[in-house]
Amino acid sequence: MLKTFLIGIKDVRLAFRDRAALILMLAAPFVLTVGLGLVTGRFSGNTNNGLSDIPVIIVNLDKEQLGDALADVFTSADLADLLEPAASSDPEAARKSIDEDKAAAVVIIPAGFTRSIIPQQGDFSSNAVAVEPVKIEVYANPTRPTGAGIIKAIVDEFLSRVEEGRISGATSIVQMMMSGRISPSQAEAEGIAMGEQIQANSPSNALAIKINSSTANGEATNFDALAYIAPAMALMFLMYTVTYGGRSILAERAQGTLPRLLVSPTNSAQILGGKVFGIFLTGAAQMLILIGASSLFFQLKWGDPLGVIVLVLAAVMAATGWGMIITAIARTPSQVASVGTAIMLIFGIMGGSFISLEQMPVFIQMFSKITPNAWALDGFTTLGLGGTLNDLSTPIIALLSMGIVLFLASVALFGKKNLVQK
Amino acid sequence: MGNILEVQNLAKNYGDFQAVKGVSFNIEEGEIFSLLGPNGAGKTTTISMLSTLYTPTSGDATIGGYSVTKNPMAVRGVIGVVPQDLALYEDLTARENLIFWGQMYNLSGKSLNSRVDEVLEQIGLTDKARNRVKTFSGGMKRRVNIGVGLLHKPRLLFMDEPTVGIDPQSRRSILDTVKDLNKQGMTLLYTTHYMEEAQELSNRVGIIDHGEMIALGTQKELTQQVGQAETLILHVGENDDSEALAASLKGIQGVQQAEATDHEVSIVCAEAEDVLAAVVTKANDRGIKIRSIDIREPNLEAVFLHLTGRALRD
Repeated sequence: MLKTFLIGIKDVRLAFRDRAALILMLAAPFVLTVGLGLVTGRFSGNTNNGLSDIPVIIVNLDKEQLGDALADVFTSADLADLLEPAASSDPEAARKSIDEDKAAAVVIIPAGFTRSIIPQQGDFSSNAVAVEPVKIEVYANPTRPTGAGIIKAIVDEFLSRVEEGRISGATSIVQMMMSGRISPSQAEAEGIAMGEQIQANSPSNALAIKINSSTANGEATNFDALAYIAPAMALMFLMYTVTYGGRSILAERAQGTLPRLLVSPTNSAQILGGKVFGIFLTGAAQMLILIGASSLFFQLKWGDPLGVIVLVLAAVMAATGWGMIITAIARTPSQVASVGTAIMLIFGIMGGSFISLEQMPVFIQMFSKITPNAWALDGFTTLGLGGTLNDLSTPIIALLSMGIVLFLASVALFGKKNLVQK
Repeated sequence: MGNILEVQNLAKNYGDFQAVKGVSFNIEEGEIFSLLGPNGAGKTTTISMLSTLYTPTSGDATIGGYSVTKNPMAVRGVIGVVPQDLALYEDLTARENLIFWGQMYNLSGKSLNSRVDEVLEQIGLTDKARNRVKTFSGGMKRRVNIGVGLLHKPRLLFMDEPTVGIDPQSRRSILDTVKDLNKQGMTLLYTTHYMEEAQELSNRVGIIDHGEMIALGTQKELTQQVGQAETLILHVGENDDSEALAASLKGIQGVQQAEATDHEVSIVCAEAEDVLAAVVTKANDRGIKIRSIDIREPNLEAVFLHLTGRALRD
């Protein structure tokens, strides 16, 4: 285990002493981020971030205060550039539209939604029937993860504000009753009054969800164009880093250091483990340096720090898997370099590093699922929109699964070929 | 002293090609044993099997009592290896290289640091310890390459052609290092295709050719195989047909063998003086101008020529 660690650290040190590698690992993604940031107007105040006219269908079966307020959010002027909302009264027809890839998501506000949040006359009486919580359904289009993610984030933000008001209201009433400031008979009137307060505040609060604009309390949900571009570039060049690391296995074989390791009291598993660990560490260091640099120089908010770290580690693991499988298949370091560069560009394009996946044909969107770029970018977009680690389960599971499968496949291939041609 | 290395019928095949054809030999603790042979003779493949890098096709060897096929990890703790090609991380400093390789040999902490200091002094690079290896000359890199093999004080050190492609001064330094190590009690298996190195260093020599051990013994035992024969080396011009000259010289009385190499003709004979005049006449008859003539006492070159009919550098 110690030798595995030492070999990994040695590889990180070597990677960061290679000027050519440093240019591609750090300088290139940083410069491209700046370049694309300039193109999108990130540094000149232009608000066009490349995400626009996301088609969304609203099915408002509630038709009461909160349902209408949520529907109004989607048709608000603030989101007019971002969203292309359409109304429907038929949930099944709306879901079918998603299945036919006609929209990014459907938001179904069920009947009784407002009632489940805001108490009505008689809800507090002793013989009242308990009101069941009613959930809003977001039926997402899996081929448009970014658009669906944005819509889901808008709904989540609306619900969290409504829920916040409901809980604080209920707590206040209980505390007032316990302190004797109101009697149980007054609780219903107070509850209704607070509900009306939620209703009155909800439309304006919902507008805290803004894209391309800044508000004092909406930082976490503001979507910055760089929050898409920076991870997109970092992820693309992460593929370079992992193939560089993979190439080092074959390079060490050619330059004699791998055979020398194999005649020391160090077994093959420790050596291979060390090489993988080195690739992983180098990739993680690259991503974290780029994240740190973009935060420092561009004041870019990447979102929930824990989510960012876990997502970075998962993305690097998946990318490491790709680096290993390419190395296991290739015969020479130059083959790894050639294939690695091709994969970096293909994954970059197919994974949405240059053009949003939603603007690509369906087959490319399907293909993108094999790239770490697409899953990780989906996760970073979610974080950029105010999501947390809890919202990243799908991309993280996908990335970890990808990494594990590719790593096992590469170990099997290395086992067949042996580390040194004997 | 007992044998630290015992090799029994060690063989290595690559498909139909037999790189090593069942060689057997022993090395006593404390001696320098040279494996002498031309390029492609099977020296590196033999060392690769003995150092557990390659698995033998058949046969086995024991080092320090451990089988290379059955207990390779134990063998690796006994041996040190200095590979033919440089095996270093050029972007690390000399010291960082030694530290890393020492860690791979289970050294750590203060003992590692003090051992690295000792080795740096031994290879004469203490003042260059913090320079990256890529800034070193070929000879300095060779010395670091040797230093790595010495870190864990192996009982048996394999040195695979450590002087290939370096300047005479560095070569001298390496040969002196080999002798010093042996004086300190280290056993060495040294491969080379330079007859002079084998002669200077070795207690015993194994001559290997086409994967076979064709002769084995002390230098005296080996040269006795060619009797008292001397070798006459004719240096001829670049455009002269040395092969035709060698063929014509075989007919001279007293010439036992005559072989042409690059601009040279090697003639094995009982007494050089007896054939010299006839040899010069033959060369003149063919219009070949002899640039110089060397007369050599019986040596390993002559042994190789005697055994294979070819010069060692062929």
